[in-house]
Amino acid sequence: MDDHILQMRSITKTFPGVKALEDVNLTVRRGEIHAICGENGAGKSTLMKVLSGVYPTGSYDGEIFFDGRPVTFNGIRDSEHVGIVIIHQELALVPYLSIAENIFLGNERRGRGGLIDWNRANAEAGELLRSVGLDENPVTPVGQLGVGKQQLVEIAKALSKDVRLLILDEPTAALNDTDSAHLLGLLRRLRDRGITCIMISHKLNEITAISDNVTVIRDGRTVETLSLHAGEVTQERIIRGMVGRDLESYYPERESHPGEEVLRVEDWTVWHPTQDRKVVDSAAFTVRAGEVVGIAGLMGAGRTELAMSVFGRAYGRNISGRMFLHGREIRPRNVAEAIEAGIAYATEDRKHYGLNLIEDIRRNVSAAALGKLASKGFVNGNEEVKVAEGYRRDMNIKAPSVTSVVGKLSGGNQQKVVLSKWLYTDPEVLILDEPTRGIDVGAKYEIYTIVNRLVAAGKAVLVISSELPELLGICDRIYTLSAGRITGEVPVAQATQENLMELMTKEKEQAA
Amino acid sequence: MTRTVPPSSEPEATSATEPKDVAPAVALRTGTSDVRTLITSNLRQSGIYVAFVVIVALFAILTDGTSLSPGNVTNIVLQYSYILILAIGMVIVIIAGHIDLSVGSVVALTGAVSAVLVIREGMPWWVGALAAIGVGLVIGAWHGFWVAYVGIPAFIVTLAGMLLFRGLTLQVLDNVSLSPFPREYGKIASGFLNGLLGGNGYDAFTLLIGAVAVAGYAVSNWRTRTARIKYQQPVESFPLFVAKIVAVGAVVMAFAWQLAHARGLPIVLIILAVLILAYGVITKRTVFGRQVYAIGGNLAAATLSGVKVRAVNFWIFVNMGFLAAIAGVVFSARSNGAQPSAGNMFELDAIAAAFIGGAAVTGGVGTVVGAMVGGLIMAVMSNGMQLMGVDQSLQSVVKGLVLLLAVAFDVYNKRRAGASR
Repeated sequence: MDDHILQMRSITKTFPGVKALEDVNLTVRRGEIHAICGENGAGKSTLMKVLSGVYPTGSYDGEIFFDGRPVTFNGIRDSEHVGIVIIHQELALVPYLSIAENIFLGNERRGRGGLIDWNRANAEAGELLRSVGLDENPVTPVGQLGVGKQQLVEIAKALSKDVRLLILDEPTAALNDTDSAHLLGLLRRLRDRGITCIMISHKLNEITAISDNVTVIRDGRTVETLSLHAGEVTQERIIRGMVGRDLESYYPERESHPGEEVLRVEDWTVWHPTQDRKVVDSAAFTVRAGEVVGIAGLMGAGRTELAMSVFGRAYGRNISGRMFLHGREIRPRNVAEAIEAGIAYATEDRKHYGLNLIEDIRRNVSAAALGKLASKGFVNGNEEVKVAEGYRRDMNIKAPSVTSVVGKLSGGNQQKVVLSKWLYTDPEVLILDEPTRGIDVGAKYEIYTIVNRLVAAGKAVLVISSELPELLGICDRIYTLSAGRITGEVPVAQATQENLMELMTKEKEQAA
Repeated sequence: MTRTVPPSSEPEATSATEPKDVAPAVALRTGTSDVRTLITSNLRQSGIYVAFVVIVALFAILTDGTSLSPGNVTNIVLQYSYILILAIGMVIVIIAGHIDLSVGSVVALTGAVSAVLVIREGMPWWVGALAAIGVGLVIGAWHGFWVAYVGIPAFIVTLAGMLLFRGLTLQVLDNVSLSPFPREYGKIASGFLNGLLGGNGYDAFTLLIGAVAVAGYAVSNWRTRTARIKYQQPVESFPLFVAKIVAVGAVVMAFAWQLAHARGLPIVLIILAVLILAYGVITKRTVFGRQVYAIGGNLAAATLSGVKVRAVNFWIFVNMGFLAAIAGVVFSARSNGAQPSAGNMFELDAIAAAFIGGAAVTGGVGTVVGAMVGGLIMAVMSNGMQLMGVDQSLQSVVKGLVLLLAVAFDVYNKRRAGASR
């Protein structure tokens, strides 16, 4: 029975300042579907990048055995050469090229004289499409297909490379239930043909439905590998493995004194800007003064979309619903009006959406509230420096001066600049989207302290986070969001990672 | 957290309330910045000035001083003023991350409209000038509409505009040149203010204006310095401060001296100086100017900071149309008529000036003063090579190489800065 196609032994991968993987072991038997699960940031994707050669041999410690032989990969080409193909969550297809062109991209079917033999390519593509159960013409541009069909094209592409180990990263995250069911059926058929699959997924119902084994990763370590054949392993059992750590005491103490309701959002529905689907569906929530409210949800649940649509319709179209600030209805039509009304939104992606990296601290701090520094359209540059200097001290931004360029600061200090910028707008409600993503533990503590100071001063804070311990550590109340719907509201005293995780996956289970 | 804004004008009025609000002398480091740190910390900016001085000196030597003669200095001002005016608008467009390829055609069309009204219809000169500016504003609004509200890249919109307005110029002129303008119109480009105060062999008025400019520069610098000290910010040491003002004063007075010994103060120089001052302030000190930099630096972040990106982009192009129209009036006045091919390739000169002057191809970086120096570098080079009788083809080769090297220098600097992160 010990026919292992893959063994990864004590893999350790460190990034500057962070240990992403520590002594991880993964053993996959030939011809099984092996699920990997863990919280966001647990190290699943890093492990797959090690396996597929994105991180070349030598940049990590540990050994990889494929088919019983030790292997070294210096890039994706090497791993594909032995038959390992990874399909990423963000599909890597060129929308303007046809299905056949995409399938054979980088692996073109050459005919005489080195020219591409399109007849052969299209015919082979047709066969591959049949084998994945996709009834489309190979010359159709990929951009015309839905996400589910594109996923199948990716698998067909993998099959064209004589895949032996197929890795799928969250394959059903963006799919509807029909497409998901179809995909899972296909994975079963591929298993019957002898192709081994590794599937990374958050959807525990899918894992228990089709996997043979599941390996749980937590904080960059393998926790356990469970066999799903006996039928004893339940979703609750897996969740316990995923979250089973103590809440570390790195959340500063805070006494909670929620006051009056500051923000109320009712029946909030947002459509995807280009696709024909709802991203947020009749969501409703409230935030009170002096209260930290969390929004928990898996990737793709619509957390950021919800927050940005509330922030002056910065995301989505056909937004409907009502918003009340201090009981009075407001209808901000753009970001400027939202800021004016007293809403601030600190983005999850500070480099792309939060900061002007080529400018200095001073210019970034003042960016959202230049009007406060100006009279008759003229900015008072000295006052600006004074304001920025004040925040540099208050927030403990580690930089030689406020004229230091923001792009050169560390992640934690950049995040403090983002917070300063929004605090200077003097908001009533502060929405923090993944406020501690990519910053070290010390800076996290400082950010939490700042949040506590804000609520102590009577602000209302809404925190979106993928890290459940963080939400449990700093929030008073947590909403769970699943597939655009609010599926629960839990006071922190009653919240556990297990019941939150259940609520976060609830919608899907009912549908499945 | 909230801080109120003190009135920015009277230093004395607020000085009494300030000190307690400010940190105990942490930031006060008067006199620490020596020349070397000034230069190294601003290598990109100062690099241009150094290059400018080198080029001026080089051509002064190569032409045995002819390039710095009173007549030639006047000539450079008259000959390149419209490029500099275009470069002011262009650098703002480029800072915001756009480009404008149409300005040459807009110069032609605005000049043509003016010529038709003044020469063919016999209207007064100012009607022609105002009509040209009106046309420029409409063209700018047209470009701004497509770029800002429809979302078409400026490269495409203004490429279309380049063809479109060139075609309209031909239509307006019926394919023939119109000339000459009445004398008053021509004065816009080649008139001088001189003899107002007399002078023996030189124009005293020009020298007076030069002196006033230097005094104004000194006073405004002094006020900035006192304001910075009041806010406890670092300033350069006092001797360095004086040296800077003396140096700038010397250059300006030398320049005025040369002009005074030729034909006096060119009217177009006054127009140019006013525009440079105004736009220097707009880009550096107004909310609008800041938003231009913010958009160019990170469009998404600017949008999420409440900047009304569409409106700002729209006005950037309206402004470009306005300045292109002024350049059109100046150019038509200088060439004393309107030609169907007027303004050909001006856009490239203006773009080159902005990039040589330190503007970044990716947006978010650049200054009006830098673009002016960049334009002057091109001007001094072209003029110097003409004086030396260098072949036209070779001139083009040299200008092309200078542009390439200037941007390569910029890219090199950025990479070096990136590596040290």
